[in-house]
Amino acid sequence: MTVELDPSPAFAGFAHPERLVSTDWLEQHLGAPGLVVVESDEDVLLYETGHIPGAVKVDWHTELNDPVVRDYLDGAGFARLLGRKGIDRDDTVVIYGDKNNWWAAYALWVFSLFGHRDVRLLDGGRDKWTAEGRAFTTDPTTRPVTDYPVVDRDDSVLRAYKDDVLTHLGRADGRHPLIDVRSPEEYSGERTSAPAYPEEGALRGGHIPTARSVPWARAVAGDGTFKTREELDAIYRGEAGLHDDDSVIAYCRIGERSSHTWFVLQHLLGFEDVRNYDGSWTEWGSAVRVPIATGAEPGAAPTR
Amino acid sequence: MTTALPASLADIRDEFLELAEPERLQLLLEFSQELPEVPAEFEDHPERYERVAECQSPVFIVLTVDDDDIVTMHATAPAEAPTTRGFASILVQGLSGLTADEVLGVPDDYPQSIGLTRAVSPLRIAGMTGMLLRAKRQVRAKRR
Repeated sequence: MTVELDPSPAFAGFAHPERLVSTDWLEQHLGAPGLVVVESDEDVLLYETGHIPGAVKVDWHTELNDPVVRDYLDGAGFARLLGRKGIDRDDTVVIYGDKNNWWAAYALWVFSLFGHRDVRLLDGGRDKWTAEGRAFTTDPTTRPVTDYPVVDRDDSVLRAYKDDVLTHLGRADGRHPLIDVRSPEEYSGERTSAPAYPEEGALRGGHIPTARSVPWARAVAGDGTFKTREELDAIYRGEAGLHDDDSVIAYCRIGERSSHTWFVLQHLLGFEDVRNYDGSWTEWGSAVRVPIATGAEPGAAPTR
Repeated sequence: MTTALPASLADIRDEFLELAEPERLQLLLEFSQELPEVPAEFEDHPERYERVAECQSPVFIVLTVDDDDIVTMHATAPAEAPTTRGFASILVQGLSGLTADEVLGVPDDYPQSIGLTRAVSPLRIAGMTGMLLRAKRQVRAKRR
């Protein structure tokens, strides 16, 4: 069963307000039947230091990724994972995490690849819950194991592969934009990782030609919540020039920050065709014979 | 130089390996809670610390070698980065009190030997390896 929506006026302007809940709403609904709260962090131990009462943990590295293939777990693996966590197919899942919900958005995107219908983000994430002095506990959460069905992962709608990006690049009609959500230093090619992050993976710095630079954090307000509809429209429809019927691909370094932007474009602004290229720069920046551009300008698509 | 694992680090490794994987995370959490505050002489001198760039969270380390060649390690990392704090705490407890030669003899792959690679992920363990290599480099530079 699903849980009622958060009627906050702050969300009313968004295309899909049902995808967000506020910290107030969550506090009032903790323990509601059909609601499962999931914490997903960059730091694998942060949950253990204290979590929202009743929340279960899902770790992106050790649980959502396949341990061998560079891919996400398959339908059977996802069913086992959610069964173990005590999540039913028709439960309302609210995900929150550290770092402005990067990993929470990433988990939400992976849940969406498996078509889990009602999955929402806690606006402001773990930091806002902490700042407001709300309850944390170190009590272990035990939920009865569920029989989550095996559902095939559908990569065709929300996920882009390298070849999809190459095809995208070849369609210079202005309706197939790429959005690079990394820092300006990564976009220009000065760095291959976010400032203050380890250099990992990519052999060269720069961006995919024609990609527009809109760092993910531009979508976030001072208190860690998402900006308003008007502010977001000004950035993505205004400055970045996205049109309603564009086919958009977002990317970053490994696909987690671009999940955050994917969430903004798809659920808050209502773009219907948005894909996350999770191979992102660690793949593109090392791949053989793919074009890249350096410097602050998007650059032109190669014509050959 | 021989590479022999000092007893302090061997004990910590054995403590982890005796546990089942989920409990190893709990032990790492306990280590993170034991990371001592940095002494006052370093507190207001961030320039004396070295940033461990291999870690995703801001962690800074400083090692000293005294006249008797004994190493002391200090580290600071934010509370919201318990994994990094745990790694730092293991090295602070395992390296402090050793001689410079003993520290330089610690195998570089020690972080991969303590049974955390799967529970924590190889990428995260790489942060601890970076911390160990930087610690050894500081000892090499600072010994008399």
